[in-house]
Amino acid sequence: MSKIANAFKDGTAFIGFLTAGDPTIDKTVEYILAMEEAGCDLIEIGIPFSDPMAEGVVIQDANVRALKHNTTTDDVFDIVARVREKTDIPLVFLTYINPVFFYGYEKFFKRCAELGIDGIISPDLPYEEKGEIADIALSNDVDVISLIAPTSSERIKMIASEATGFIYVVSSLGVTGMRSEIKTDLKSILSDIREVTDLPLAVGFGINTPEQAAEISKIADGIIVGSAIVKIIEEHGEDANAALKEYVSSMKNACK
Amino acid sequence: MSRGRYGEYGGQYISETLMNELLYLEEQYCHYMNDPEFVEELNTLLREYAGRPSLLYYAERMTEDLGGAKIYLKREDLNHTGAHKINNVLGQVLLAKKMGKTRVIAETGAGQHGVATATAAALLDMECEVFMGEVDTKRQALNVYRMELLGAKVHSVKSGTKTLKDAVNDAFRDWIARVHDTNYVIGSTMGPHPFPMIVRDFQAVISEEARQQFLDKEGKLPNAVIACVGGGSNAMGAFYNFIDDEEVKLIGCEAGGKGIDTPYNAAALTNGQIGIFHGMKSIFSQGEYGQIAPVYSVSAGLDYPGVGPEHAHLRDIGRAEYVPVTDEEAVEAFEYLSKMEGIIPAIESAHAVAYAMKLAPKMNKDEIIMICLSGRGDKDVRSIAEYRGVDLNE
Repeated sequence: MSKIANAFKDGTAFIGFLTAGDPTIDKTVEYILAMEEAGCDLIEIGIPFSDPMAEGVVIQDANVRALKHNTTTDDVFDIVARVREKTDIPLVFLTYINPVFFYGYEKFFKRCAELGIDGIISPDLPYEEKGEIADIALSNDVDVISLIAPTSSERIKMIASEATGFIYVVSSLGVTGMRSEIKTDLKSILSDIREVTDLPLAVGFGINTPEQAAEISKIADGIIVGSAIVKIIEEHGEDANAALKEYVSSMKNACK
Repeated sequence: MSRGRYGEYGGQYISETLMNELLYLEEQYCHYMNDPEFVEELNTLLREYAGRPSLLYYAERMTEDLGGAKIYLKREDLNHTGAHKINNVLGQVLLAKKMGKTRVIAETGAGQHGVATATAAALLDMECEVFMGEVDTKRQALNVYRMELLGAKVHSVKSGTKTLKDAVNDAFRDWIARVHDTNYVIGSTMGPHPFPMIVRDFQAVISEEARQQFLDKEGKLPNAVIACVGGGSNAMGAFYNFIDDEEVKLIGCEAGGKGIDTPYNAAALTNGQIGIFHGMKSIFSQGEYGQIAPVYSVSAGLDYPGVGPEHAHLRDIGRAEYVPVTDEEAVEAFEYLSKMEGIIPAIESAHAVAYAMKLAPKMNKDEIIMICLSGRGDKDVRSIAEYRGVDLNE
């Protein structure tokens, strides 16, 4: 069983996302540790990319900030190495596939294995293209996390039956970003997926308030929050520690 | 592995949210292309509305001046809206309408594809929104107004490099939120499958006509076909029906900008590397660590950091050759064709003209070159004046 399963042992998991290198490499290390301390069960680390096509403005801007001071894939690995000196919390990368392809699949996943990266989420690698990395990732004990969207319908069976780690259920159409209301019929999507797999199901896209988290935790195994966290980092810059801890702990409490 | 491969290139590297829509689009496309009624409706539009077939014009003065191969221009600039883009959008917007969509979106660089999409949307009574980089809205302000006149809404894209690639990003971001009522009318032979195939098929009319026109006029095929390549739609259309005629050389001209040894160019096939971006595996201009590189060209329509997957494949198998043409060479060709033939070419197409000017004198007089004159240059007059240091406001 992968270490990712640990994140879902104790009630609904709270999964936090941040973009590596925003605002700095040192601060990313510090913020990951702060988020863990405040109750994150799993952390998604975004590898910055010039063209994050599936992101809304908040995370796009974080990518711009991280790349402005030239955060590289090797810097992101350094962040992970420093985090791993302090904690064994499950960590996954959120990355567009080109930086991974360019780095070289073998080399990239070997580094992941060495540093204890537990999974990879790639928003531009649907089921049909999973073969790019599936074997190499598996042989390095990195789960390729599958995404299921409100439009997936009959594709759910195919995707879920081969999924590993957890399943990332996209709550809404569109790009990432905070939404006041989630309109998708999540309950029926989640139950369709559960017919095929026993993997934990984590819901993301749009969630930002404790009320939403409490509501969705009734039906999901995990809540994923990205833009709201990145927004706090945007607003507080290098002094986001306290605000991050307060927010994460309020969200984690709402998940219980 | 997904469908839509050209050798190792192509594929469907896109959000799961769009996958069912892409599969549906492919199914509907195949269905309608086999429906004689749809094909007839499209052909009628191409003939009666766009003005096809386009002329194959013998550029006699240019030929004599260069003193080598006979030069023919495939006059896509004479199509309604002034470029080859209309061939593709009439097909795609009609398809969207048949699929029950009520809204189309498009990206645009120079504005030609945006204008063409807005035109087709007006004709077929569809809502239309166009994404255009902020930098491009400035250098092609006339086309912005033109799109608005046609009833389209133009979004000025302020993310990233604020040019064509960012317009594509935002068009995909819009589409992913409104797949139910919207089709993305992509403007070039790029993006995830089935787009490179659909756009190539709709543009293939260029070489289908040209092939027959050469047989009628000259009793033989041209020795070389030259076209400019950004994403590569006019080139793919100009090449496609000649691919099996191995004696016909196929030459694509990329934007060499200020030179391929400077950072200011958009010559992906010359300088780029294999990568995965905008839904496809292909060749892209990239920086260290696979970040997509900012690119530059005097031509907004060639200012794209990648190339369609079928071009990458044609290069790999040695069937087509791709050469960089600099801003300076293109501007000289722009002026040359204007004075020599009374035809002001789009600055994009002028890249192909420039290479023909180098190649023709090295060829025999009984040999033939076809230049795909993909668009007209009215839209570029202001930026070329600026390039030459002429102030039109004085």
